[in-house]
Amino acid sequence: MYLTKAEEQILMGEEGEAKALAMNLLVAIGDVYEARRMIRVQSAQISGVSYKTIGEPGLEFLRELSSKGAVASIKSMLNPAGMDLVRWRRLGVPEDFAGKQLEIMECFGKMKIEPTCTCIPYHACTAPAKGEHVAWAESSAVVFANSVMEAYTNREGGPTALASSILGKTPLYGMHLDEERVPGYDVKVKCKLNSDLDFSLLGYWIGENLGSRIPRISNLKETPSRDQLKALSASIAASGSVPMFSMREGIETEKKCETATVDRHELHQISRSLSDDEEFEHICLGCPHLSFEELKLIATLVSGKDMRRKLWCFTSRHVHEIAERSGYVGSIEKAGGDVICDTCMVVSPMREMGVEGMLTNSCKAAHYSKSLNRMATGLMSLEGCVQYALA
Amino acid sequence: MHSPKLRLTGRKVVGGWGAGEAIVTNRALSFFGGVDPLSGVVIEKEHDLEGRSIKGKVLVFPRGKGSTVGSYVIYGLRRYGAAPAAIVNVETEPIIIGGCVLARIPLVDMLDKNPIEVIHTGDWVEVEGDTATVWVTSLQA
Repeated sequence: MYLTKAEEQILMGEEGEAKALAMNLLVAIGDVYEARRMIRVQSAQISGVSYKTIGEPGLEFLRELSSKGAVASIKSMLNPAGMDLVRWRRLGVPEDFAGKQLEIMECFGKMKIEPTCTCIPYHACTAPAKGEHVAWAESSAVVFANSVMEAYTNREGGPTALASSILGKTPLYGMHLDEERVPGYDVKVKCKLNSDLDFSLLGYWIGENLGSRIPRISNLKETPSRDQLKALSASIAASGSVPMFSMREGIETEKKCETATVDRHELHQISRSLSDDEEFEHICLGCPHLSFEELKLIATLVSGKDMRRKLWCFTSRHVHEIAERSGYVGSIEKAGGDVICDTCMVVSPMREMGVEGMLTNSCKAAHYSKSLNRMATGLMSLEGCVQYALA
Repeated sequence: MHSPKLRLTGRKVVGGWGAGEAIVTNRALSFFGGVDPLSGVVIEKEHDLEGRSIKGKVLVFPRGKGSTVGSYVIYGLRRYGAAPAAIVNVETEPIIIGGCVLARIPLVDMLDKNPIEVIHTGDWVEVEGDTATVWVTSLQA
């Protein structure tokens, strides 16, 4: 790929080891995907933050990189960590795990990366403008940014997003090019989608059946809410590697566009494949992190009542702050629920915290809890989950 | 008698030189959860390499899969002295590229012959990343 003089000098190590490593990584990726050149990105969102996922090798790498003087050159944010960074003791996170997690946060802090620790950076920090190029790693946020915000991002990994954070650039290929963003599949939805869970199921079906092709989703009876689009974005990227979807009726598709139809039957099948026939002691909401509106809804549903089971609501510290000021966090906690920040049910050490199964409204959470945490899972809508916690 | 060396050329992804015994699989490999970074042993359940070590070997497989955390596992293999000498992919992807850049492991792909068919486990393989050249000395009769 073409490099400017300045980029070549960075590659040769003239601006230090950390930048050279970052440039080496982006050039290797750019060459493989036949990128013409580098482009500037406005923000980076970095995955691989929880000690549970990156473990000792990841921590070693972050130690090395931060000690070599790596520093973010653009707005840089983090995916969820492995625990609530303030209230971890109260929630039963083991002491040694917490020590490692805090060291990871220290490394990111040294690199001037903001400890946003959320999978919904578009609610928590800055939302990218239409047409803006970014380098984000959280797969659900990638789909949301490309599809809903009409920003441009590839599905980055932890290391490439970190490299983009340091350099402020990314190779120009894939989702950064208009010609690569054309739908190749038409998904006709035959049934009415009633809840957040229905959108989550639809996304999971699409990811599982279309792999990496971009779908145009048509025939929806009503305009989905942002939270429903958030649920769809998360599950579409959990069961497959779809980087975006389109809902614009008139949008042009590829010439060889195929059509698929989804009805209630397909959604039922997905629901069955992710559900275990069990009673659940824990109800976990917030994959992706709960929005202010969702916390408000939960607060309204539980206000003045008593929880029979454990309700864990995961959100970002930013959303938590606003919801607390509005009294919603208080209502949920008064009823016996917990509102937890910086982490989620997928990247925290659930088993070590004594959780063996959970009811959730998210296909993505169910998918990863099964494969990574070997947990039993059940699915209900957000309202259904809250009622279950109260019953 | 050793058979004469077979020479393959492909695409350079990460430079450097590495040589070792080949370990070959026709299945994609997830490093996250699939390889133990301390020992270099493949731990992915029901993978045909399960229980075998990739330490010091030339690892030949189609492509990476799974979480991008896999890049850190490859970096860990280098830190703990259990890295493969080189990696040959059919067509590589960002998880393996990231890991090989961080761990300085030579990586080539898109060879002129399918490496999974012409390289056999136990062959002696030399990989020169910068020229994207792979030499294979078959140890089979």
